[in-house]
Amino acid sequence: MSVLVGRGTKVVVQGITGRDGSFHTRGMLDYGTKVVAGVTPGKGGEEVHSVPVFDSVEEAVAKTGANCSVIYVPAALAQDAIYEAVDSGIPLVVCISEGIPVRDMVEVSAYVRGRGGRLVGPNCPGLISPGLCKVGIMPGTIAKPGKVGVVSRSGTLTYEVVWQLTRAGLGQSTCIGIGGDPIVGTRFADMLSLYEQDRGTEAIVLIGEIGGSDEEDAAVLIRRAITKPVVAFIAGQTAPPGKRMGHAGAIVSGGSGTAQEKMARFQEAGIPVAKTPSEIPGLIAAALRPKRKSKLKLVRGRAKRSAPAKASRRRGR
Amino acid sequence: MNLHEYQSKEIFRAAGIPVPPGEVASSVEDALQAAERLGYPAVVKAQVLIGGRGKAGGIKVVRSGEDLSREAGRILGMELRGLKVNRVLITPSADIAREYYAGIVLDRKNEAPLLMVSPAGGIDIEEVARSTPQKILRIPIDARGLPAYRARAAARFLDKDPAVQKRIVPILIRLVRAYHDQDASLAEINPLVVTKTGEVLALDAKIVIDDNALDRHPDLAAMRDLSAEDPGEIEARARGLSYVKLDGTIGCVVNGAGLAMATMDLIQFHGGKPANFLDIGGSSNPDKVEAAMHILTGDSRVRAVLFNIFGGITRCDDVARGLLLALDRLQVRIPIVIRLTGTNEREAREILGERGLMALSDMDEAVRAVIARAAEAA
Repeated sequence: MSVLVGRGTKVVVQGITGRDGSFHTRGMLDYGTKVVAGVTPGKGGEEVHSVPVFDSVEEAVAKTGANCSVIYVPAALAQDAIYEAVDSGIPLVVCISEGIPVRDMVEVSAYVRGRGGRLVGPNCPGLISPGLCKVGIMPGTIAKPGKVGVVSRSGTLTYEVVWQLTRAGLGQSTCIGIGGDPIVGTRFADMLSLYEQDRGTEAIVLIGEIGGSDEEDAAVLIRRAITKPVVAFIAGQTAPPGKRMGHAGAIVSGGSGTAQEKMARFQEAGIPVAKTPSEIPGLIAAALRPKRKSKLKLVRGRAKRSAPAKASRRRGR
Repeated sequence: MNLHEYQSKEIFRAAGIPVPPGEVASSVEDALQAAERLGYPAVVKAQVLIGGRGKAGGIKVVRSGEDLSREAGRILGMELRGLKVNRVLITPSADIAREYYAGIVLDRKNEAPLLMVSPAGGIDIEEVARSTPQKILRIPIDARGLPAYRARAAARFLDKDPAVQKRIVPILIRLVRAYHDQDASLAEINPLVVTKTGEVLALDAKIVIDDNALDRHPDLAAMRDLSAEDPGEIEARARGLSYVKLDGTIGCVVNGAGLAMATMDLIQFHGGKPANFLDIGGSSNPDKVEAAMHILTGDSRVRAVLFNIFGGITRCDDVARGLLLALDRLQVRIPIVIRLTGTNEREAREILGERGLMALSDMDEAVRAVIARAAEAA
């Protein structure tokens, strides 16, 4: 099981003839993703890695039934590319492009939400449902199928964590990088709700960073509505205030958005916070363990102790 | 990109927001001539990109040429929180009756700009938000901009005098428009003053421009003040790197912003102090690696360098080649610890091995190693 992308995903690549678009189309095809079409205005009729290229997303959808778009166009053209994908009826739009002006995102994000579409990114690595489908630029080799859902604002830090999970024998249902910009289409809270509903996901890793209040909102949601165990990690404890740390959204401003504050919110919500990335697999393994043990204990007639303990923890939330 | 007060005021003036007259000077003579034209009493204001300039001694009222020469001479060249003052703004002193706040920022949660006005002007708005939040009126901005009726409500919140309210309304509408048109991420008037004659003026101004939008604003991009930035940060931007200087001893070269932050944190967790944030980006151009090493070796506090590369799009062998290129071209006397994993890891190890360099594959192990090497080098 997986969320957002899986076996039924049919991808159209916007900007397929560009350097990045072409390179990552190869990567997606090699992973087994069904890349059914590419779009570059003026290059309709060409082929990239045997994938047909169309002049518009509308035409690509009509001819191939694409239901997911991935965008690799330059930042200045990204807003229009998102509009085009949404207007063509694509329900899931993944925007990899980095450097989109905030004003463009304010406008397009409101539009996408108004149309009931879903945007992932921008400035993100995309997502992967191991063994089924990858959309974006994540290296497929680091992930393996399993039951952990991973959601992160980062790229390579996500790879680091996914790889450590894989090495520890903890496979993933879906891994997603939601993007490092101040405005992103899909936030932590959206992904937590999707993982909560997904029967193939049993635990969730949330990798946040400084800036904004998405992590704080996620902590509130987890306390209220997420029953699956969550383990958090926040990057940027050593980041100085007022300085942008690479990602456009990673900035501590006016004393808010600090790593310390975000970690405190998670701890208050009863969510284990890893001090280092290498602690994450251990915490996930521990979070998954009691559930399995309680089943065993039930058989041994010791359910009394573990079940009320868990219930009282829930009430405490 | 942060703009200076005088630059922000130019933008406000062009947008039709009343700002007091003023001239920028970089020498005492120029400052003196400016004040002769503008009249006394005048205010000498240090143009540096920090808040709280007044408290730090960077703003002075002067009543005569003698006064001005002394204060301008003192302020020009002084250091305010590590930044040298190269320019002062000379502006006539205003007769202030009341001071307000008006500012607009991006509200990330609501994905829209947020206009904030407060009758508690002249002080840090974050301080007002903490101590007297009821003194701030927040108006979310949508695609319509600021409708006049909402501007009127904001003006009534600020001032009782209908004549003054009438002057505030267009200022707020134009502030919102300027924020939008200039792709700002912050536009602030603090204080917005009412003078004893009932005039309304933007006495101070602060604008921050969205870095991602500078390509479509060449006029604003040209306003960047390189003298206000760390030389390493200037070089990094020119070479396509993302770099922030910190005050520790362990240099880091990392691919990806999140991993770069996590690397800094891990250095601190294991008892070291990071010297910088540095993201070489997704593509693995060997020149970028060389540029990174050039910047780090230019920082005399750096005692050891850690490479932390998780190969995805970035190819480990490219990074290894860049490192060897840097070692050939630069005089590197400090120890280097390398951690590589992912795409083309084996090739990278071979390339490094030929030069007697060894790469680790675990992040914690590499961080502990670099801390130990830095301690030995101290």
